[in-house]
Amino acid sequence: MDLATFLIQLLNSVQYGLLLFMLAAGLTLIFGIMGVVNLAHGSFYMLGAYLAYSLSALLGSLTLALIVGTLLAVMFGLALEWLLFRHFYHRDHLDQVLLTFGLISIFEELRSMVWGDDVHGVPVPELLAASIPLTANLSYPVYRLFMAGICLLLALGLYLLISKTRLGMKIRAGAFNHDMAEALGVNIKLIHAVVFALGVGLAAVAGMIAAPTSSVYPNMGSQVLIMCFVVVVIGGIGSVRGALIAALLVGLVDTFGKVLLPSVAGMLVYMLMAAVLLWKPEGLFKQ
Amino acid sequence: MSLMKANLEVLPGSARAVLWLGLIALVAFPFAGSDFYVQMVNRMMILAIFAMSLDLLQGVSGLVSLGHAAYFGLAGYALAFLMPQNEAASLWLTLPLSVLASGLAALVIGFFVVRTQGIYFIMVTMAFAQMVFYLFFDNKALGGSDGLYVNFKPSVEIAGLTLLDLDNKRTLYFFTLGSLLLVYVFLRRLLWSPFGRALSGIRVNEHRMRAIGFNTFGYKLTAFSLAGALAGMAGYLWGVQTGYINPELMGFHMSAHAIMMVILGGMGNFAGAIVGAFGFEYVLHVFKDLPTVGTFNLGKHWQLWMGCFIVLVVILAPRGLLGLIARKSDQQGGSHD
Repeated sequence: MDLATFLIQLLNSVQYGLLLFMLAAGLTLIFGIMGVVNLAHGSFYMLGAYLAYSLSALLGSLTLALIVGTLLAVMFGLALEWLLFRHFYHRDHLDQVLLTFGLISIFEELRSMVWGDDVHGVPVPELLAASIPLTANLSYPVYRLFMAGICLLLALGLYLLISKTRLGMKIRAGAFNHDMAEALGVNIKLIHAVVFALGVGLAAVAGMIAAPTSSVYPNMGSQVLIMCFVVVVIGGIGSVRGALIAALLVGLVDTFGKVLLPSVAGMLVYMLMAAVLLWKPEGLFKQ
Repeated sequence: MSLMKANLEVLPGSARAVLWLGLIALVAFPFAGSDFYVQMVNRMMILAIFAMSLDLLQGVSGLVSLGHAAYFGLAGYALAFLMPQNEAASLWLTLPLSVLASGLAALVIGFFVVRTQGIYFIMVTMAFAQMVFYLFFDNKALGGSDGLYVNFKPSVEIAGLTLLDLDNKRTLYFFTLGSLLLVYVFLRRLLWSPFGRALSGIRVNEHRMRAIGFNTFGYKLTAFSLAGALAGMAGYLWGVQTGYINPELMGFHMSAHAIMMVILGGMGNFAGAIVGAFGFEYVLHVFKDLPTVGTFNLGKHWQLWMGCFIVLVVILAPRGLLGLIARKSDQQGGSHD
């Protein structure tokens, strides 16, 4: 592998890792703070992608679609939390698994009724449609850099939100000791709703910005969900920092696996997970 | 004690009577029902074996596996690979090997997953099952996304004499029913054996079990492998009945449906798993068979109704039918025999 190819693959792996992080961060926060196993998290990613498909056609711009889509997704998240999830925070994991599996079935079928079962493409915005030439016959699309940039910005925003703001302090307090935080006057119900909506929003944004490169297709949520599980298991439940490092690691292993060892590429990520389980059964950064 | 009651390890007399009636109905059914329904009930019995194998983990040991379908499918694939293109292979060879394949896979994967707990266990079992799924889905040599055909029904012979002709639908039905009974009796005895008591202890309080000297890792790994092997037996029968095996059988939906079957009847006593498997398959059949209203085909969207059904069950009857019975008998203050 020459240097240019190596760099391209490195960029791809970082960009894939950052995208996974957007999903895994929400998943791990929801686990860590509400103790909920949310199998339907991948559905929010799918919802985002399909929203990008419909809204960008309707509004004529992906940027506008991103803004409107994020708002819609957050509202959807708040409604879902209020209607269903908040009644399941103290229930058995088994109940949560079944509830969220039921939701996956419902979302998938609704998706099929509204959008059909075909694969759809989402056009890359003209402004970002260019490619940066690297060598005579290799170039890198600007849109992928834009994706990575958005993910980085959001990751930074998430970090600042959680570690530097008053709301973040309350979120951390809620994760550390739920009852104590409530006794000290933190409106824990509101915190739960905010965290849940944040998770849904992040997943939907990930789906929306990924839509032009991956296209939108049925069951796109389940595939990404499993990768997120792997990331969360490697990183340690509840740890956003762990999710970031694990997501980058998974991105690296998956991308280079496909180039270097294509025959076993599908298995490599799981082998990584198995190795981490042997070494640290509770993940690298268990809180 | 309350945990024990919720699991209804000791079945109330009324439940036992229902089970006996069910058995009589199952024995009589092939003489009354049409071919279509005999095959459907045959499928239900296979799924009941599958659900019972999961119940050993989910209900008895408190390990919620979201990847149990992998072991179901693996044995089916093993059967497909063992069956030659032009003649039937022997059941005496293919059944033990297929079950062994599933059991071994569960042993290897269990070695990693059993060290995790709670949420981790759920996610990790699902991830490894998905790994197995993609291994078959992505490799043309393993059948790829289309799956494989099982060209013949296995032959059951002793010293050259044909004992059972599994090509006969009724014979296959009774063979499946026999397997179902065998697995049920085996698991019920296992439940009350020292091994089963230890698993129940692990469900209730694993730390305490470890503190009084039980090697809980070994117990859980044994249970995981055994459950995998029994799921394999169900998968083998599935391959025999349908003559066809595909990656979907190992997929995440199949695993979640199995959890639902165990929940629906009531977990931890194996009888509930049987009832749940029958109930779930029946509900699925009803949903898929819904009529077309106007231009809208209700049956085509069965997944939507199934999703709503699952959500409603979790909200209204989270411990299933037997859970409702237990609640009722608790209210009456009655004791179980």
